[in-house]
Amino acid sequence: MIEQLPILVIVIPLMAAPLFVLIGNRKLVLLLTQLVCWTVFGVAVSLLSRMQYGPISYELGGWPSPYGIVYNVDYLSAFVMVFVSGLGAIVITYAPRSVDKEIHHSKHSLFYASYLLCMTGLLGMCITGDLFNVFVFLEISSLSSYALISLGKTRRAPLAALHYLIIGTVGATFFLIGIGLLYQMTGTLNMADIANRIQAVEGSRTMLVAFAFMTVGLFIKMAVFPLHTWLPNAYTYAPSVVTCFIAATATKVSVYAFIRLIYVIFTPQFAFEQLPLDQALMAFSLVGIFVASAAAIYQTNIKRLLAYSSVAQIGYMLLGISMSNVGGLTAGITHMFNHALIKGGLFMVVGCFALRIGSLKLEDLRGAGKTMPLTSFAWVVGGLGLIGVPMTAGFVSKWLLLTSALSLELWPVAVLMLLSSLLAVVYIWRVVEILYFSPASHLAQTAKEAPMAMLIPTYVVIGSTIVFGCWTVYSAGIAQAAAKSLLGISQMGGVQ
Amino acid sequence: MTEFLGLYNYWIVIFLMMTGFYIVIARENLIKTIIGLNIFQTSVFLLYITMGKVTHGTAPILKSSHGGESHGGKSHGAEHGQDLHAATEGHIDLSVDAVTEIYSNPIPSVLMLTAIVVGIATTALALALVVRIREEYGTIEEDEILEMDRNS
Repeated sequence: MIEQLPILVIVIPLMAAPLFVLIGNRKLVLLLTQLVCWTVFGVAVSLLSRMQYGPISYELGGWPSPYGIVYNVDYLSAFVMVFVSGLGAIVITYAPRSVDKEIHHSKHSLFYASYLLCMTGLLGMCITGDLFNVFVFLEISSLSSYALISLGKTRRAPLAALHYLIIGTVGATFFLIGIGLLYQMTGTLNMADIANRIQAVEGSRTMLVAFAFMTVGLFIKMAVFPLHTWLPNAYTYAPSVVTCFIAATATKVSVYAFIRLIYVIFTPQFAFEQLPLDQALMAFSLVGIFVASAAAIYQTNIKRLLAYSSVAQIGYMLLGISMSNVGGLTAGITHMFNHALIKGGLFMVVGCFALRIGSLKLEDLRGAGKTMPLTSFAWVVGGLGLIGVPMTAGFVSKWLLLTSALSLELWPVAVLMLLSSLLAVVYIWRVVEILYFSPASHLAQTAKEAPMAMLIPTYVVIGSTIVFGCWTVYSAGIAQAAAKSLLGISQMGGVQ
Repeated sequence: MTEFLGLYNYWIVIFLMMTGFYIVIARENLIKTIIGLNIFQTSVFLLYITMGKVTHGTAPILKSSHGGESHGGKSHGAEHGQDLHAATEGHIDLSVDAVTEIYSNPIPSVLMLTAIVVGIATTALALALVVRIREEYGTIEEDEILEMDRNS
């Protein structure tokens, strides 16, 4: 049973999804979905706890490694799986009241089935060691997230979903073209096998084209600055629960796939020394951080404000990856985790406002600090984390990033990072001011505090940002182990 | 010139790819955008299939002379894998047969079966979304929809 754990992460939610469509009873399906999500989380945690004995390689159907598909679990993939499944489980625990209000009852079992499929796809992208498998899981998660986004109440939701679908499919197809060219040159789809054979064909034009297609394809999925246009609308018009889950996990998993692409398949030497991708990444990240943060300041819808902030935060992760040393990579991976918690938590707060106030325009939220004190306080704590105030999770990753930038003597990057945090102060403070120091709007005056069933999960996530701000053994510690093993692998590849 | 013509299959792929991509970018009609997306995806199917083809290669079916006959009854996965491995090794040894037995690579075609399924799912979902957009807005012209959103 223990050696079958890697496959269970995928099989349990994948088999549950069609079963739940057949069951169709929305109350039963909700309970079972929660059960499935917490089970998957348990499996992911037990996989991570086994990492001290070394990475796990699971051969599907007993086919030996380069011929069959392998699932690889190492520190990085186990870490990403733990927070993806963990946030998936907490969000679905938080979900019932919000889903009840925002989605038609006849669609509930379909909604939960799509939710599980989306989670399957994201977890699959983490665990698989086969490049074509990554594409398939990418499409599973993308297709189900398009469907989830289109369930939003307003008529703009299907349009936002269709825009995301078109851009997302172009991105995924780019990735597929890259895989094809890579297969043409190496004759294998197994990531480790490609890494071994890539030395022989390095520098050929086909490899450059393959790398370019795959990078751009993943940039679209990550919503890196110039390719982020799908994200604000998709996050704004999706149901609250969907935004919580997708904002917390989907872009992070694409960042994870990008890390694998650079550090396992292509070597950092190829990406950062032969090609100037590190400078390009730094430029894209810094411009993205500033433009998106500035755009967030001017938003009038609280969800759209957070969506632009998400685009900015992806920049910090890429900044860490582009530094290509243990410190920078650790910072990037830690920020994936911390930002998943912070942004998941903040969108959960927004979901509470959506339930009780019914509008997400900032002018309607005026004075909600008096009628919904607990919800508003959660915003303040989460916001401090987003800014990167000491004692919060956001501080840990920004501190790691800053020290790493200073050790590489990238002074301008360090200064710009600090300046960009000020922009975050502005957009977070703007909402705080509206919540606490403005005359109440008539919608906020009559609002009640959010139900405990939603507040408790919200405070679990928001509280954990404080916990991981003070105690970093299981966030930055694991991220560092993952970064070291990634750089170790690539050094071995360089020797061969 | 012969090099140019010899790679004609890739030129077809690139032509289709760019056609599809252009339609996705340039068309305002949502259905036409989806058609463009389909052409774009189909060009990738062709790219994979054409790279798997070996000149004069046949379908990759093992002949009985390659040792497949003696193990014919067994169907267990791992053993079958070893059979396959043994058969390919035998294939290299029998240099006389190697001239007559050239196989096309089946893997790209198999991969494309999966990609076609993904493509169908994408198209179906996109069309379903267009139906809902049409119900809500009464039009499928993107500029008109954006205009209505701006005014509301």
